[in-house]
Amino acid sequence: MDMKVNKKLGLKERYNLMTRDLAWTPTYQAVKDVFPYTEYEGIKIHDWDKFEDPFRMTMDSYWKYQAEKERKLYAIIDAFTQNNGHLGVTDARYINTLKLFLTGVSPLEYMAHRGFAHVGRQYPGAGPRVACLMQSLDEIRHAQTQIHSLSNYNKHYNGFQNWRHQHDRVWYLSVPKSFFDDAVSAGPFEFIVAIGFAFEYVLTNLLFVPFISGAAYNGDMGAMAFGFSAQSDESRHMTLGLEVIKFILEQDPDNLPIVQAWLDKWFWRGYRVLTLVAMMMDYMLPKRVMSWKEAWEIYAEQNGTALFNDLARYGIKVPKGWEQACKDKDHLSHQAWNVFYNYGAAAPFHTWAPSEKDMEWLSAKYPDTFDKYYRPVWEHYAKEQAEGRRFYNGTLPMLCQVCQVPMFFTEPDDPTKIAYRESEYKGMKYHCCSDCCKHIFDNEPEKYAQSWLPVHQIYQGNCFPADVDPSKPDFNPLAEVLRWYKITQGQDNMDFADSPDKKNFEAWRAQATSN
Amino acid sequence: MSNVFIAFQKNEDSRAIVNAIVADNPTAIVSDQPAMVKIDVPGRMVIRKSTIEGEIGREFDLQEMHVHLITLSGNIDETDDEFSLTWNQ
Repeated sequence: MDMKVNKKLGLKERYNLMTRDLAWTPTYQAVKDVFPYTEYEGIKIHDWDKFEDPFRMTMDSYWKYQAEKERKLYAIIDAFTQNNGHLGVTDARYINTLKLFLTGVSPLEYMAHRGFAHVGRQYPGAGPRVACLMQSLDEIRHAQTQIHSLSNYNKHYNGFQNWRHQHDRVWYLSVPKSFFDDAVSAGPFEFIVAIGFAFEYVLTNLLFVPFISGAAYNGDMGAMAFGFSAQSDESRHMTLGLEVIKFILEQDPDNLPIVQAWLDKWFWRGYRVLTLVAMMMDYMLPKRVMSWKEAWEIYAEQNGTALFNDLARYGIKVPKGWEQACKDKDHLSHQAWNVFYNYGAAAPFHTWAPSEKDMEWLSAKYPDTFDKYYRPVWEHYAKEQAEGRRFYNGTLPMLCQVCQVPMFFTEPDDPTKIAYRESEYKGMKYHCCSDCCKHIFDNEPEKYAQSWLPVHQIYQGNCFPADVDPSKPDFNPLAEVLRWYKITQGQDNMDFADSPDKKNFEAWRAQATSN
Repeated sequence: MSNVFIAFQKNEDSRAIVNAIVADNPTAIVSDQPAMVKIDVPGRMVIRKSTIEGEIGREFDLQEMHVHLITLSGNIDETDDEFSLTWNQ
């Protein structure tokens, strides 16, 4: 009997059959009623079929590879937990980077899941819809695997226990939270340019690659495993971001100015969030892989220049703010960690002044700025601390209306002068940290006038527990804010030197190496 | 000319992939970092299924790379036999 053997489908054929060929044009309802959000942003798309995922990933292969990633990840997490892997990290200061990550980044993964589910639903094209569906599933996987991995640390260390509660309340967490809330409340095209392109393609390497390499370098197999597992999806996300922006630009010349304006805005919004990563790399890792400045040069300057040269054929220019970001690379981490050192009583992780050895490394990595501008500050703090006067700032800082970072950034050409910008809107004054944030505010004042600024909210009395009576003579506003944050005074906050985390880690380490 | 790049987690499969990239791209620059390896190539990088199969000693589906990938940069084109990264400049 003759058997008819069907030839195995090639990648391109399989992709077409499993994406575009499964889509249909609705007839019971008008297309614009099914996809109501595709026109109001002004982006013109003429042919959705022109979008193609260059990876040509189909749902069946997607599930296969994702399942394999999960198996690998959980095998490592189990081994790490079973062997008390947390005692193998360089020292307990390292664990504070994980607290920052869990409170600041993991909730954004969940928001990214929601954001991509939403825009995936709203795009009329099957190609981007499938790619957004995959990304949406990836993002919830990242949130879940990060929470699972870090729950192991929660058994042993302070500051992990109220991460979700704190994400919506604590002063510096409003920086990442407002960034993502800003993106998901934009239209579907702005969202994908903001998150898919400006964040994922231009900036995400600066978040994940140094963080994961840092975890590996500091002996944290648990965080390394979830980081790598998440990052293996990022290449697909970056590709979606780049392909979408090329697709939008190819569809109609009228799209260029809209896309360029979003790029200017979202490059800067994302860059400001990365302030937290800069200080993590230079100050919080006991063993550092590379400095923020080196990472910026590799992943932003070299790679970004290549990217923007490539996109020049569409008329895209380097985003506004790029030049300032490149100038800031010598200053960013030092200024940020100084502010966290100041407000170490109000954060659910520990802070510390760099040791002499740390400062030698910082001098070598920042020869033009560290000794001149920042070493004297740290030496002063260290001296005060040695004499029993560890400095904690009790006055709340002014926040930028747009990025919500405390206004500590200096003028691009004068690192001794804090930058202040001011706008007026409906008779009220609003303050920004930079020309770029002011520009963003001035373009959409009706959006940013509504910012939930933690410092304003504290002063307005909105950040106290319900049982508080501010009229009582012994009312202590800062202590009440900490209670509202669910930060346990003396346990989750303050200097690392005095922390239970430090004491416990030393005791457990001693137990691990002798009877 | 700007570099395209790709980075992998350091493991047995990616060792074969990296060897294949170096064999097919004579200008490749390999940089070893904690737990990862990054490969830069000026202008264009090509990754061939057949070269990887020679290195790894079994059949290899190029999409298996997704399990080990960390990041990449450049415009992608992928077929069953070849995966490439390019800058158009």
